[in-house]
Amino acid sequence: MAGDPSLARTRDIVLMFEECGADIVELGVPFTDPIADGPTIQRASERALKAGVTLKKVIAFVKELRKSTQIPIVLMTYYNPVFKYGEENFIKDAKDAGVDGVIVPDLPPDEGEYFIQQSMKAGLSTIFLLAPTSTVGRIKKVVKASKGFIYYVTITGVTGAALLLDSSIETLVSEIRKYTDKPIAVGFGVSTPEEASAVAKVSDGVIVGSAIVRRLHESPDELRNYLISLREAINGLV
Amino acid sequence: MPALKELEEAFLRSKKDKEFQGELSYLQKTYIGRPTPLYFAKRFTEYLGGAKVYLKREDLAHTGAHKINNALAQALLAKKMGKKRVIAETGAGQHGVATATGAALFGLKCEIYMGTEDMQRQALNVFRMRLLGAKVTEVPVGSKTLKDAINEALRDWTTNVHTTHYVLGTVFGPHPFPVMVRDFQSIIGKETRRQILDGEGRLPDYLVACVGGGSNAIGLFYEFLDEDIHMIGVEAGGRGIETGEHAARFAGGSIGVFQGCKTYLLQDEDGNVLGTHSVSAGLDYAAIGPEHPYLKDKGRINYTYATDDEALSAFELLSNTEGIIPALESAHALAEVVKLAPKLSQEKIIIVNLSGRGDKDVQHVAKIKGIEL
Repeated sequence: MAGDPSLARTRDIVLMFEECGADIVELGVPFTDPIADGPTIQRASERALKAGVTLKKVIAFVKELRKSTQIPIVLMTYYNPVFKYGEENFIKDAKDAGVDGVIVPDLPPDEGEYFIQQSMKAGLSTIFLLAPTSTVGRIKKVVKASKGFIYYVTITGVTGAALLLDSSIETLVSEIRKYTDKPIAVGFGVSTPEEASAVAKVSDGVIVGSAIVRRLHESPDELRNYLISLREAINGLV
Repeated sequence: MPALKELEEAFLRSKKDKEFQGELSYLQKTYIGRPTPLYFAKRFTEYLGGAKVYLKREDLAHTGAHKINNALAQALLAKKMGKKRVIAETGAGQHGVATATGAALFGLKCEIYMGTEDMQRQALNVFRMRLLGAKVTEVPVGSKTLKDAINEALRDWTTNVHTTHYVLGTVFGPHPFPVMVRDFQSIIGKETRRQILDGEGRLPDYLVACVGGGSNAIGLFYEFLDEDIHMIGVEAGGRGIETGEHAARFAGGSIGVFQGCKTYLLQDEDGNVLGTHSVSAGLDYAAIGPEHPYLKDKGRINYTYATDDEALSAFELLSNTEGIIPALESAHALAEVVKLAPKLSQEKIIIVNLSGRGDKDVQHVAKIKGIEL
């Protein structure tokens, strides 16, 4: 979450991510009503809002950050801040700042045709979510609208919920693969290195959110070792 | 999205399903107590000295507000869909009580989300819901009011979508909710048409209703949209628009996309949702059902607001002149009638939706007046 507890701190953490071998950094933009998020990210969002962080400031932050790192950055923002910013202005400013992709969890591709089209034109990747409940029609729509990667949510639920490690992840990821050769990354609930390793076996990427945000807030000294342990667990497969 | 599709299909099926409609209509009559009366408020009219004022007595519906029309119908739909559990958000507690009632009636499990602040303001309704067998879950995040309860209900629905139906309480949220809730509430207007034609032999000149999410207003107005009738929706002006402490979305908001629909929203320049204030918890909400902005922009309905003080004064006036204690929400509509009726001739007819009874507010009003009970 950008700005939890301050943007200066977020800068240090992004650089630490890069050092520890993260492939992509997902930066959360705080919002008053994060309906896809569980308690951990909700609280982080509240702290960042309290620190005065807005979408505008996050974009300016990425621009500044680009002087120090070229690691791919994906913003996760709810739709209303983008709508208020203006879709076209947002796409232009985000791209100019060096943002690589964007996840808008409350914008279904059906409602986002113009946004998707304009983002594609500008070279900003739009990443959409699929869930265990997604129908074939939905999978086709989402893989077509997504660029960069497809975000597969392992559970019906919100971020940070408990992961259910069973064969269903593999089954559903292979189902999605029938319709696309774009990378499929798996998230929501991945917390331990063991889980990361298991998920990496059946997908192209592992997304860890709440578990990092929690450590960052509660035990920041352990964060570096934790990130390294995730990387090693995933590397163990190669 | 698949859940919304499934719901839309079930709703459309239910409209053509004679058995569903028959069961609903039977319960409306024998359980809710419909039709609710259309009452000529003679002393209130005489006091104001202008147009004739009629009250559509939704306060006499079972559980004391129009909320039951929608909650009961959705609970029946949930049962037909094979769902074992219903959830709902509530602000003042009226919709929570109505949903808990529907769940008890159909033997469904029920969980109600309510902001911490609203649970304190409406402790009586919290106890009522628990008596009805519902689990009431506190929402201690964000502004700790209605909008946060909706967020939490949406999160629950996302998680338990296979077993659970979300009984959304107003004409808000993603499709099909605004259409479905309007459909279940439009019985108010249908009855009103029959009743005013019986009583006066003609249609009214004005319709007035308060607007939180906007379901009681749409419920009354929808039947009459094609008629030559003035319609006024009354929002919560709180402590005055200039103070920023209000819930008047048209007077103080702008277009946004929130909780699944595009509508007028009280938000800051960065698109974050602002806190609201109203003396009535049922109107204390940052957004408005999306059909209202549509009807406003078409010029079909006018919207205004009443402040806390105006609503409190109308609350007492109706109690004194008619022996009817209105809900603080409905008192906002009455406050507009207090301004409007004296300006009109005695031949004109105003119908105001008395959307709920005020028993739940008595303690709150006493506290505001500094009276210890």
